[in-house]
Amino acid sequence: MPKNFAMKATLVGVVIILALLYLVPTLGGKLPSWWTNYLPADKIHLGLDLQGGMHLILEVETAKAVEAAVERTSQELVRRMHEDKIRAIRPQTEPGNKIAITLLHENDRAKLEDLIKQSYPDYKVASARTLSDGKIAMTLQLSAAAIKHIAEQASTQALETIRNRVDQFGVSEPEILPQADGRILIQLPGIKDPQRAVALIGKTAQLEFKLVDESANPATVTKATLPPGDELLYVYRRDRATGRTSKDPIVVHRRVAMTGANITDARVQIDSQYNEPYVSISFDSRGARQFADVTSRNVKKRLAIVLDGKVQSAPVIQEAITGGEARITGDFSMEEARDLAVVLRSGALPAPVRILEERTVGPSLGRDSINQGITSMAVGFLLVVLFILIYYRLGGVVADLALLLNLVLITAALAAFQATLTLPGIAGIILTIGMAVDANVLIFERVREELRMGKTPFAAVEAGYGKATLTILDANITTLIAALVLFQFGTGPIRGFAVTLSIGIASSLFTAITFTRLLFDLYLHQFRPKKLLI
Amino acid sequence: MEFIKPDVNINFVGQRFKAFILSGLLILATVVSLFAHGGPNLGIDFAGGILVQVRFTESTDAAAIKKALAPLGMNQAMVQSFGGEGRKEFLIRDENQGLKLQGLSDRVRQTLAKTYGEGKVEVRRVEMVGPKVGADLREKALLAIFYAILLIVVYISGRFEQKWGLAAVMAAVLVGATLLVEALIGAAGGSQGGGTVLLILTALIVTVALCWLLKLRYALGAIVALIHDVLITVGVFSLLDKEFTLATVAALLTIIGYSLNDTIIVYDRIRENLKRPGKLELGEIINASVNQTLSRTILTSGTTLVVLLSLYVLGGGVIQDFALALLIGVVVGTYSSIFVASPILLLLPEGDTVFTRRRPRPAAQPRPEPVVEAASPAVPVSAAKQASARKRKGKKSGKKRRKR
Repeated sequence: MPKNFAMKATLVGVVIILALLYLVPTLGGKLPSWWTNYLPADKIHLGLDLQGGMHLILEVETAKAVEAAVERTSQELVRRMHEDKIRAIRPQTEPGNKIAITLLHENDRAKLEDLIKQSYPDYKVASARTLSDGKIAMTLQLSAAAIKHIAEQASTQALETIRNRVDQFGVSEPEILPQADGRILIQLPGIKDPQRAVALIGKTAQLEFKLVDESANPATVTKATLPPGDELLYVYRRDRATGRTSKDPIVVHRRVAMTGANITDARVQIDSQYNEPYVSISFDSRGARQFADVTSRNVKKRLAIVLDGKVQSAPVIQEAITGGEARITGDFSMEEARDLAVVLRSGALPAPVRILEERTVGPSLGRDSINQGITSMAVGFLLVVLFILIYYRLGGVVADLALLLNLVLITAALAAFQATLTLPGIAGIILTIGMAVDANVLIFERVREELRMGKTPFAAVEAGYGKATLTILDANITTLIAALVLFQFGTGPIRGFAVTLSIGIASSLFTAITFTRLLFDLYLHQFRPKKLLI
Repeated sequence: MEFIKPDVNINFVGQRFKAFILSGLLILATVVSLFAHGGPNLGIDFAGGILVQVRFTESTDAAAIKKALAPLGMNQAMVQSFGGEGRKEFLIRDENQGLKLQGLSDRVRQTLAKTYGEGKVEVRRVEMVGPKVGADLREKALLAIFYAILLIVVYISGRFEQKWGLAAVMAAVLVGATLLVEALIGAAGGSQGGGTVLLILTALIVTVALCWLLKLRYALGAIVALIHDVLITVGVFSLLDKEFTLATVAALLTIIGYSLNDTIIVYDRIRENLKRPGKLELGEIINASVNQTLSRTILTSGTTLVVLLSLYVLGGGVIQDFALALLIGVVVGTYSSIFVASPILLLLPEGDTVFTRRRPRPAAQPRPEPVVEAASPAVPVSAAKQASARKRKGKKSGKKRRKR
């Protein structure tokens, strides 16, 4: 036996046994507990394009979160300036995260600057000029650091909220990952109702309670005649019978009486009278106090329940509600009510999100893809195996065994590394089958050349492997470079291709060089043939 | 069994001008086609837009589907039958940038369900890419191509020429040049996508120039072959009016790897033959090397084509274009490694590379015999001047080579 033979044989043996162990979970059905406790139990992970599912990339519109923060500050300033007896025209937000304040008296300027310095360190006085009538126009600017901070916080919070919602939606093994630029990647394998998922994930769920301004007639009011501090919203109604939606205008005070920030729970309940679902919400103690305060001061007035800018309903406050519970009624189907409860429980998104990319594959297409992929792989494999067998006879048997082992190794490696198998990934395996033969072709053609030159089988094999190995390594490295670059820059399915291609290259080097050499050595030493059928 | 007899001696090198003309025509066709189509036909991955694959329970046709979708403002939509399944499965594609993509896939489903009846329509696949992501993906794909070229260029200039020092210099110059261009683009405030294209062009031009100056003949040949293969594949794709998607880019990168794979094997053989004592012309050596590796080239391409054909025919519609790109790439790559990559070595500048190294002629040695012999293929003229400088070393090995 040649030197190192025992060592190589052991190595190959160990690799084969390991590979088979890793293959069992994918091929076998249910495994006994003694197996799963001590041996590999992971199946090959299928990509979304094979098992069906949804891939989303969302963008959190963090600029809106910043705008909202500036708006809150400007509303707060009204109160603080009132407390500090600073007389000014109501602060207005301006584009570029600015707040414009017009002071009535020159001597209030120092007071305001003091207030800003002490309570709002994120803001700086950007400009101040005395107007002709002695008033002072000042602009406050939110600092860049604060903008960045708010945006970052909005992204993190959005991620958390979406995670919560997806968890409650009940998807197995969802993946929710932050990306660059405040984007969020969401993968929902095996999802059956993608549109509902999109609606659930993408809903901002900004719940606000606003008092209805009964002084204005919503039917005739226009932008110009809208009382100051009011806004025009719409109540959307859907006629159950015809399915038509209608929208009725309603005038509410712009000032938010209360938000949904203090909600602790939200549940779907059925109204016994009309047999319609509604969502009952519970507030924490602070929210309960606030709600009691709002309702007690506005009895017999209407309170609009506004969700993402749309009025759900505007019931009349019959009496002060002190129990910390409220109900949201509206034209909900059972499913809509349930989803609304989910989004209210998991909280509002700090800013609206936008879907930048959506890729959905239905389960039936995924199944078709797997079947077609495996069929084309099997046919390609058989054709190559047959061809090599006919062309190289004994050598062909060796090369075919190597090819078979190659297939086993690739699948085992996919299971072992928990890599994701995608449709392009299957294509990568198919391509590897075609290209793996290359190494053996190179070696065999060399061996034939050496035999023609009159060398003995033993010497020919030795020389053939010796001369071809470096070339094979070289030739494969370029493909490997391409595969690695693909892996670095690709996403999803393309990454799957890069993975199988890389694994395929590595394993075909092993099978086509080490494994076949071992078989040849074994054969040559056992039978000591005079002629080599290759 | 043998397809290619061991004593095959086809004069590939002699055909090189025909091959160059053919390649030139193909590349010209590529350029013309790209211009005629207004650039590569970008799929929604890169252009942004929406693609919906729907299956109906009863047969219908594209015009009817288009009519049904008209209320959605998708009047620029392309509807095509898919998978040949008795006109029941269709691809709806719309790259209209003005389209409101949010919730569009659901609106498409609802609209079709209204026309064809609930339960008669199944949405099997939706791909929706916003314009911003499309631009990002374009950028990413171009960067992938850029880095693949960069890495491979450095590898081949190091590996082919055994000059890793030069390869390092090359890498440094390349990186420097690209950084410079990047800075210039940044200063000019150019658009992102165009910037990356410029970056790739710079990298290629700098590479070719460097190879020329440093006299890295093999590297230059390999790069020319690589550009040749990718260009022609792109051209065929453009001629067939196929779309460029992420998968096509993956296929192109794989073709780069594959094309080099073939080239490397022939070049390795050329280098090996050059080391043997003999008195053959460069042209003859190249031809002999191509012939010696011909059997392998045909076999490997054959098996790869067989599996790819199987993938193309049986793999289903989703993967078909990917398989097609690889098929074209493998055919072109095989052609180029025989007819382009090797003969082109003859056209490149002479220099102190491995095969033209001149040894000082010892006075005692006899004059070389005439180079062209009856058994040898026609010697290309351009190689003749090198021949005069080469020494004949051993008659025996020379004969052995000629037998092949």
